[in-house]
Amino acid sequence: MNLKKKQTILVASVLLIVLIGAIALDAAFPSYHIVIKVVKKAAVYSLVAVSMNLLNGFTGLFSLGQAGFMLLGAYTYAILSIPVSLRATVYQYFDGGLVQFSIPEFFSGLMGESVGGTVGMLLTLILGGLVAALLAFLIGLPVLRLKSDYLAIATLGFAEILRAFVQWDKLGPLTNSSNLLKSYPEFKTATAYVIIIGLFVAVIVLLVNSTYGRAFMAIRDDEVAAQAMGINLAKHKRMAFVISSFFAGIGGGMLAMYMGAVQALSFRSSMTYEILLIVVIGGIGSITGSVLTSFVYVAGVEWLLRGLDSGEFMGIVAPGIFKNGFRMAVVSVLIMVVVLFFRKGIMGDKELPDLLKKRPRKAKKKEAAK
Amino acid sequence: MLKIKDLHVSYGGIRALRGVDLEVPDGKIVTLIGANGAGKSTLLRTISGLVKADSGSITYNDEELLGKPINKILELGVAQVPEGRRVFADMTVLENLKIGAYLRKDKAGVEKDIQWVYHLFPRLEERSWQMAGTLSGGEQQMLAVGRALMSRPKVLMMDEPSLGLAPIVVQEIFEIIRTINKEGVTVLLIEQNANMALKTADLAYVLETGVITKTGTGAELLVDESIKEAYLGKKKK
Repeated sequence: MNLKKKQTILVASVLLIVLIGAIALDAAFPSYHIVIKVVKKAAVYSLVAVSMNLLNGFTGLFSLGQAGFMLLGAYTYAILSIPVSLRATVYQYFDGGLVQFSIPEFFSGLMGESVGGTVGMLLTLILGGLVAALLAFLIGLPVLRLKSDYLAIATLGFAEILRAFVQWDKLGPLTNSSNLLKSYPEFKTATAYVIIIGLFVAVIVLLVNSTYGRAFMAIRDDEVAAQAMGINLAKHKRMAFVISSFFAGIGGGMLAMYMGAVQALSFRSSMTYEILLIVVIGGIGSITGSVLTSFVYVAGVEWLLRGLDSGEFMGIVAPGIFKNGFRMAVVSVLIMVVVLFFRKGIMGDKELPDLLKKRPRKAKKKEAAK
Repeated sequence: MLKIKDLHVSYGGIRALRGVDLEVPDGKIVTLIGANGAGKSTLLRTISGLVKADSGSITYNDEELLGKPINKILELGVAQVPEGRRVFADMTVLENLKIGAYLRKDKAGVEKDIQWVYHLFPRLEERSWQMAGTLSGGEQQMLAVGRALMSRPKVLMMDEPSLGLAPIVVQEIFEIIRTINKEGVTVLLIEQNANMALKTADLAYVLETGVITKTGTGAELLVDESIKEAYLGKKKK
């Protein structure tokens, strides 16, 4: 069997196992169970982490605006999908708000409850991505002239401004000011999250492996040489920024679903750092690494290490040490250990199929031994 | 034929080129020698569209290049090997070559040209899987040349291909330049290593502080007294 075939089989079987796993978890646990919650959040984080990796890892643009674009996606999704009948309660301080339609409801009327509802929700999610992408395009015009740290500062500032702007009371009829947006439809099963996010990640994988992806990497490695190859720097940087923001927006919409209620306050820069952490630990330039780390990180922080905060961890009862805040201290130490021993992240810049590749030198030795 | 007429270029207030006239006839190796800061790289960067000119004209086969974007110039067949090699370090050799063909749409042709480059540089084929950053200096230079060839240029401009390479590798690089030229590619070579450049070139120009001060065949300039003194180092008797 040749290498390509083996790789295809590996990828296909991993995907299948993940899918079957998600279905099995859905069957075994109720939707409010922590395991389901972890899978959902991890899936959302992996999409946002991959979108950030596309920008920071593949194109070499150090941007910290992810939370801002997620906020846009989340708000767009929430605002456009709250059922009309519930708007009066949600927007109680703003006379039921400005928007008086709901896209998922509209499609439910058109194609029936289950199909139409799903189609409407997906469309609204994508719309959220488009809003984020549009704003990324506009902001990219001035901001992408900046390099490295300066770009990071500018995008971080943008995200913070956006968070404040959304809470402005003059915008209340649209954004509900600083009050919660809630009661919008959501996907109940972990399987839905895994499938949807899987599809979007697959699109990014295809993009990275296309000529455009190669052009992004060329810009990352050497701007001058990339330019000499006829790659239009401004155009490609903008493209990477817009695409990354599009997927961050969709991730934001999914996160809004996961959280059940959305508030600008949740989209703090610490969320961006969390995702940056996932990207760095997973390996800058590795999509597999980002996805894998998202699951490990979310499962660890949200679930497995919970005991460290509440007195009992792995059968050890020590209320004196295991109290609030100890969990994050342990996480920090773990992160330091990972960074010390895996300088380039867990996966480096390798992807899942690369794991089957033998090092050419070893392969040659094997041949020589024959 | 690549023709440059009365070209003026300045960076801010500094006038780097003050009226340069230069011709690169098809199928020849033309070299441009000069000291540091004479404006050699500026000239090359202006031809490839990376730097804007103040006035003058650059034509290739009677088509004006000034004001055209970089990708258009590349499509017309004028490619460059940038100074200091600048390979994409975190990509494999093969990926580097593919990036070189970024503007081309004909997949079959690209595939054929990869084989052509491998034929020219067998060392690159051996290392096609390797990250470009792990290659030796000479191999990186070969890759930079091969990458530029992937756009199927008619004119290849090289900025100091001998920079920072061991003398024996420099010889190898100049051998490659001759081979490429024999394959029908016109070469414009910018060099500080005047000795090697003049021995290789059909036609040579000397650039001093933004003006062409001397021109002639490579062999002529090689024996020119003032050139000997300034660039080749006179033997003490």
